[in-house]
Amino acid sequence: MWDYLKLVIFGLIAILAAIATTYARDLAYLVHAILVVAIAAAGFIITLRKMGHEKAPKSGYLDAPIRIGVALTAFWGVVGFLVGTYIAFMLAFPQLNFAWAEGILNFGRLRPLHTSAVIFAFGGTALITSSFYVVQRTTGARLWSDGLAWFVFWGYQIVILLAATGYILGSTQGKEYAEPEWYTDLWLTIVWVGYLLLFMGTLMKRKEPHIYVANWFYLSFIITIAMLHVVNNLSIPVSIFGSKSVQVFAGVQDAMTQWWYGHNAVGFFLTAGFLGMMYYFIPKQAERPVFSYKLSIIHFWALIFLYIWAGPHHLHYTALPDWASTLGMVFSVVLWMPSWGGMINGLMTLSGAWDKLRTDPIIRMMVISVGFYGMSTFEGPMMSIKAVNSLSHYTDWTIGHVHSGALGWNGMITFGMLYFLFPKLWNKAGLYSLKLVSWHFWLATIGIVLYAASMWVTGIMEGLMWREVDAQGFLVNSFADTVAAKFPMYLVRGFGGILYLSGALIMAYNLWMTVRKAPLAEATTPAAAPAE
Amino acid sequence: MDTYSIFREIADSWVLLAMFLFFIATVLWVFRPGSRDLHRDAAQAPFRNDEPGADMKEARQ
Repeated sequence: MWDYLKLVIFGLIAILAAIATTYARDLAYLVHAILVVAIAAAGFIITLRKMGHEKAPKSGYLDAPIRIGVALTAFWGVVGFLVGTYIAFMLAFPQLNFAWAEGILNFGRLRPLHTSAVIFAFGGTALITSSFYVVQRTTGARLWSDGLAWFVFWGYQIVILLAATGYILGSTQGKEYAEPEWYTDLWLTIVWVGYLLLFMGTLMKRKEPHIYVANWFYLSFIITIAMLHVVNNLSIPVSIFGSKSVQVFAGVQDAMTQWWYGHNAVGFFLTAGFLGMMYYFIPKQAERPVFSYKLSIIHFWALIFLYIWAGPHHLHYTALPDWASTLGMVFSVVLWMPSWGGMINGLMTLSGAWDKLRTDPIIRMMVISVGFYGMSTFEGPMMSIKAVNSLSHYTDWTIGHVHSGALGWNGMITFGMLYFLFPKLWNKAGLYSLKLVSWHFWLATIGIVLYAASMWVTGIMEGLMWREVDAQGFLVNSFADTVAAKFPMYLVRGFGGILYLSGALIMAYNLWMTVRKAPLAEATTPAAAPAE
Repeated sequence: MDTYSIFREIADSWVLLAMFLFFIATVLWVFRPGSRDLHRDAAQAPFRNDEPGADMKEARQ
């Protein structure tokens, strides 16, 4: 019965989207309508071909979407890093904005493609995939609904596809990290509600009495992103046949809403969600429980209560009321404490097993990731102080800060997660090559160090040049002077990017070979209770 | 008073106090007597369910 309904839904969507193509008012909308027709038609055919077949009985955990998800995470990572490295060189060599590609592949179009590819495609797929794995393995329950899990998984990939093609073709509402236009936003809302239901449903049928702390972090990530996404994307489409929409908020209210969203996307997408990964994968890889479970609970609640107020630090010295930006600054500084509490908790999980740092490159990757979490959560509060921000704001220091968090914390913990999961999911004895993991580790680490260091230098230099005045009170440097002075640091940054990208390529090769060539694990002993 | 000012006044007095008390209460709750064993047990959760439980395996037959 449900299959017939699915056919009707797919068919209707395909027909409606086909009608929409004929009325499309802009190129991005037209391309998206065609994509929707193709996706709905594919869904129709797949459903039709599967009908009448006996359904495989559900047993054990649902791992099929996780297997696709880890592969896609690695793929999106490589794509995101590649675009990032390319646009880094565009800043050094503007000639790379080719005349024939103007309006499609120039810096302004590729930059949101890069940020969304790494945050939402690489990071988002990693979060959804790992949350599917972690919630099943810490509750002892299969995902609440197979169908819903597949819907959430592929639904999110469709969001990525619509967003990425939209940026190239100029469909954007100009809100940083929330660029997709109204119909992509609506679709993401539907997918996200499904994700919340799936996660909650799985927690409700758990066999463990306690909800393990990693799930708390994942759940807060899901709930908060839903709230942020809906409020920040309140907009009215100009036409249902066009991709343009108009924001409901205006002026400083819009700016505050945007950075309330923007900073909490950092706080709950890139921090809370990835902390969920940290609290599962580090204990698993170290084979010992988290250092202090009490600290992890306090870490959670402190983070929840503090992060949501920190957004105004993005708007120091603007039209935002002074009290609001002071509030943002104070909460950002206070946030330093729970962040470091979490970092200590992650690092100390290794206490008594520090020797693993020497023998296990995967644990090394996870540990340096937590180290970068600590570094960027110290740097962030410091930059949110108004006096520091007056120097650092609008300079490349901010970009350096973001990348030490994104490449160091989010990137490294995700790599560790992938190295952990691939052998597990394909039932392999281990990775194809640990030596290649070491290569990846060093390439990535040196890449980040080059990136962050060059951006500190160029950011502070730029800030000092902008504020330099002569005896008469005139500004000494023009904007173009700072651009010229930054050239060498841009080269160093681009080189750091190449190193990081090559590390990711090595990882992709290693993971591929793990699936292809690594020996199978011994037959697993049935549900053996691990030694305390 | 306009809506903004009313909300503002409630937010920076009673709501602030309520949230602060909730946070303090969660911290105290974590250290309640008897929580040690519960937490020690919960921290072991990732190591218990690597393989699906027996009841889920039976469904296969």
